Amino acid sequence: MSSQTYHLDARRLLCPMPVIRTQDMISGLTEGDQVVVVCTDPGVLSDIPSWCRMHGHEVLSTTTRDREITITVLVRSTVR
Amino acid sequence: MPTSGSKQRKAVALISGGLDSMLAARVIQDQGIHVEGINFYTGFCVEGHTHAIREKDKNKQKRNNALWVAEQLGIKLHIIDVIEEYKDVVINPVHGYGQNLNPCLDCKIFMVNKAQAWAWMEQNQFDFIITGEVVGQRPKSQRKETMPIIARESGADDRLLRPLSAQNLPPTLPEREGWVDRDALFGFHGRNRKPQIQLAEKLGFTEYSQPAGGCCFLTDKAYSNKLADLWQFRGKRAYELDDIMLLKVGRHLRPKPHYKLIISREEGENHFLSGYRKQFISLETRSHYGPVALIDGHPLEQDLKSAAAIVARYSQGRDAARVTVDIRMLDGNSHSLEITPMPADQILDAWHV
Repeated sequence: MSSQTYHLDARRLLCPMPVIRTQDMISGLTEGDQVVVVCTDPGVLSDIPSWCRMHGHEVLSTTTRDREITITVLVRSTVR
Repeated sequence: MPTSGSKQRKAVALISGGLDSMLAARVIQDQGIHVEGINFYTGFCVEGHTHAIREKDKNKQKRNNALWVAEQLGIKLHIIDVIEEYKDVVINPVHGYGQNLNPCLDCKIFMVNKAQAWAWMEQNQFDFIITGEVVGQRPKSQRKETMPIIARESGADDRLLRPLSAQNLPPTLPEREGWVDRDALFGFHGRNRKPQIQLAEKLGFTEYSQPAGGCCFLTDKAYSNKLADLWQFRGKRAYELDDIMLLKVGRHLRPKPHYKLIISREEGENHFLSGYRKQFISLETRSHYGPVALIDGHPLEQDLKSAAAIVARYSQGRDAARVTVDIRMLDGNSHSLEITPMPADQILDAWHV
């Protein structure tokens, strides 16, 4: 099955809700899928990469425009 | 290090982000146990919320302490949203509140129970739970007589191990079975933090979080007062996540029992409160730089004028003869009022929640 890209709107959610939403979305995905998370809490710049490192996923890109932060995560492993 | 059996034992650590749970997890890791962390998000957790909102705090470090701790320990952390389930703990605590609206004992029972009940315990063959509790450290939840209550009522029983205080408590299953060496655990007690700080040094931790009053907004008197006010004037003890988020932001003034004003204090809060414009009547000064305000409740027509005058008072037009205030209603329609800012002495201290 080909990889899919999923979008997650985590704007206005405050730490750690964007991480929880990302974690919950990824738990249902397969290796190679991507998740594009849009957030407004600057805490995600530290928290989502941290969560990805410890769970073996990869942050492909991070962009900030105005007050919105977009983080793209590559799902590397389906092991919880 | 215990040598009984060859099975890799697994422990779930409740990671708050503070020093004690960090030490407890490391002490057990050092005994060869596989540790993974759980952190429960209740909505009341003291984290980067206000840092994320307030402009003046924009240079402060913004990170989730539990995630940071887990990375330092080299363990996985699973953050669980328990906002809905936790409401009953806050609203109906069986063991009552602490000094404020902090239901610490019920909270700890809930956390341990949630951890124990969590599917992983069985699905992934986790063997026991560890926490950073220390006998005598907290007046409500961490007393010698309450420790067994948490173990019993959570259902964890003797699979709940407190490595920092284990030697003050009866041996638990992991100790009796030799999964961990009780002699290598600790007998910390009381509010003195020196033993923990010394252990942190010994284990090589140079940076850690030690929030005063713990990691929960409910231990804060001002915050608890706002929550009590919310319940009183809504006529019921209930809340949604947005309610408890908004209690952390801005000035809260209640000029009349049937409405409250939430007034931003700076640019960052302006942005944050602006996000709630579709859920609340909102006010914003147009002729002068000023705050964004939300009205929580059911204001009458004349109340909108008072509210506008109060908001004008907190704008840069506070000394002007007239200030233009835009009022956006719940149906999306807006109108403006030309208003004289309310004199400072007419904004009563009693209005401040």
